[in-house]
Amino acid sequence: MNTATLATPRPRKPLGIWGFWGRAFVVPYLIVFLVFVLFPVGYGLWLARSPASYAKLFDDPIFFRTAINTVIFLVVAINIKMMIALYLSGFFLHTRWWIKVLAVLFILPWAVPSIPTILSVRFMLNPEWGVINSVYFRLTGLDGPNWLNDPTLALSLSMLMHIWKSLPFWTLILLAGRMAIPAEQYEAASVDGASNWQKFRYITWPSMKGLYLTSTLLSTIWTLGDFNSVYLLTGGGPADLTHVLATLGIRYLRLDQIELAMAAIVVSLPLVLPIVYFMMKRLSK
Amino acid sequence: MKLKQVTAEAKLLLVGIPVLLWTIIPVYHMFLFAISPRDQATSGRLWPKDPTLQNFGHVFKQEHFYLNHFWLQLGNSLWIAVAVGVITLFIATTAAFAISRLKVKGGRTVMNLALFTYFIPAAFLAVPMYKTMATYGLLNNRWSLVLAMVTIASPYCIWVLKQASDKLPWELDEAARIDGATPLQLFRLVYLPLMVPSLVAVGTYSLLLAWNEYLYGFLLLSNEQHLTLAVALGNFLAADDSPWELLMATGFIYALPPAAIYYAFKRYMVSGLTAGAVKS
Repeated sequence: MNTATLATPRPRKPLGIWGFWGRAFVVPYLIVFLVFVLFPVGYGLWLARSPASYAKLFDDPIFFRTAINTVIFLVVAINIKMMIALYLSGFFLHTRWWIKVLAVLFILPWAVPSIPTILSVRFMLNPEWGVINSVYFRLTGLDGPNWLNDPTLALSLSMLMHIWKSLPFWTLILLAGRMAIPAEQYEAASVDGASNWQKFRYITWPSMKGLYLTSTLLSTIWTLGDFNSVYLLTGGGPADLTHVLATLGIRYLRLDQIELAMAAIVVSLPLVLPIVYFMMKRLSK
Repeated sequence: MKLKQVTAEAKLLLVGIPVLLWTIIPVYHMFLFAISPRDQATSGRLWPKDPTLQNFGHVFKQEHFYLNHFWLQLGNSLWIAVAVGVITLFIATTAAFAISRLKVKGGRTVMNLALFTYFIPAAFLAVPMYKTMATYGLLNNRWSLVLAMVTIASPYCIWVLKQASDKLPWELDEAARIDGATPLQLFRLVYLPLMVPSLVAVGTYSLLLAWNEYLYGFLLLSNEQHLTLAVALGNFLAADDSPWELLMATGFIYALPPAAIYYAFKRYMVSGLTAGAVKS
């Protein structure tokens, strides 16, 4: 160690050895940022510079459908997911041996990679031999629906897939938030005869709402980037009717229309950048 | 009182049982497929009549067109995950040390750049990243996937490590400086040993992120020999007559290591990552 330090070139006076190593230690990340973030982002924006791309984009009926799908996906899936997570975080506070076991299993969707489980669900939904329609046939004697061939059903199932995958994570986050609330507050409320709803309304919610809002916004960003839940389940089909922005960008890219892909992303920036700004302010405090 | 207790338990079960079924069914369905003989995979039974391990045998012996490169692709996945884990750990630790302990000038800006990167939706960055890798001549080279994943993993790791290092007492640094320690000695002898739990957490995080990644692998790699197992699994979908039971067996093998690592390091992961993920 000592020899290594001695061997380092003496930096010029104003910098000093501490300043020198401070700079040296941020250089690796700065290189990654410049080469793999700044350059791609700049290149992408440059590719999206032509107004003609936007005209073409707005002429594409698939883009309109995608914009609507994305908004539905964000509003419906995220709110349902966060509300269930909020509810389940309360459920997992109960001390029972079987709830402890369940809590361990409950993490599975988040702990295993998404490809095999999403494909597993995709097989379950196969209209001819999937387990869901087999059971349906046995119970009713009728053929089940062709799940992924109906755009509304297919998009709804993608949302369920997304919720399945990310619910454990958000439940854990909100559980951590709940555990930070001092137990005395609940005890005092019980003494005063408060109902469960009142405890939630006047103790839990006031101390959780900041966390809940932050989680919802962070989840919005991540959900916008969720390619797998849609692509691996529906592939954007039938007839490109279930795309969301994450899969549409990749679709344009695969069709060698990168200008359109970047234009679609740029169009979404007025929604994304305020959230990014808000989250950066929150986390860099 | 007794009745009240029974209803309370019943209410809990009324939540617990649906939660259990909802969580477990897709995973159990995959497992069931993986241990079913080909003609029974779709019988709709809860447990196959003749459970078998022969699907795993087929996978290990690469006895199918889709599985020709199974071992190679498993190795690719492992190589890429380890490379991403090691490189990310190096970049994130040095950056967090410089920002948090050496208080480098402009450290706050670097942190903000990292946070900004963290908040770009991954599928959005994928589009220009593809073009960028083409420009650099790295397409279809596994380094492109490694570098892309390092880019995606490191911001969060820097942030988590910075949060953790901010909590270390300043007296340690001062004592080390008074004793004449150099920055490198402070880093190696004081900082790293104290940061071990967080380092385990972020190392595991980036390793798993790379192992699990589908989209970037799917875009950046195309040669059969270079694919990761995740992308190879996605390729099964290309044909309608895919061998589902083999796909599920392969998927099961692929899902096992991350799940095992996750549960093994759960202690670190939950305290190190979830606490850091959202500051309330």
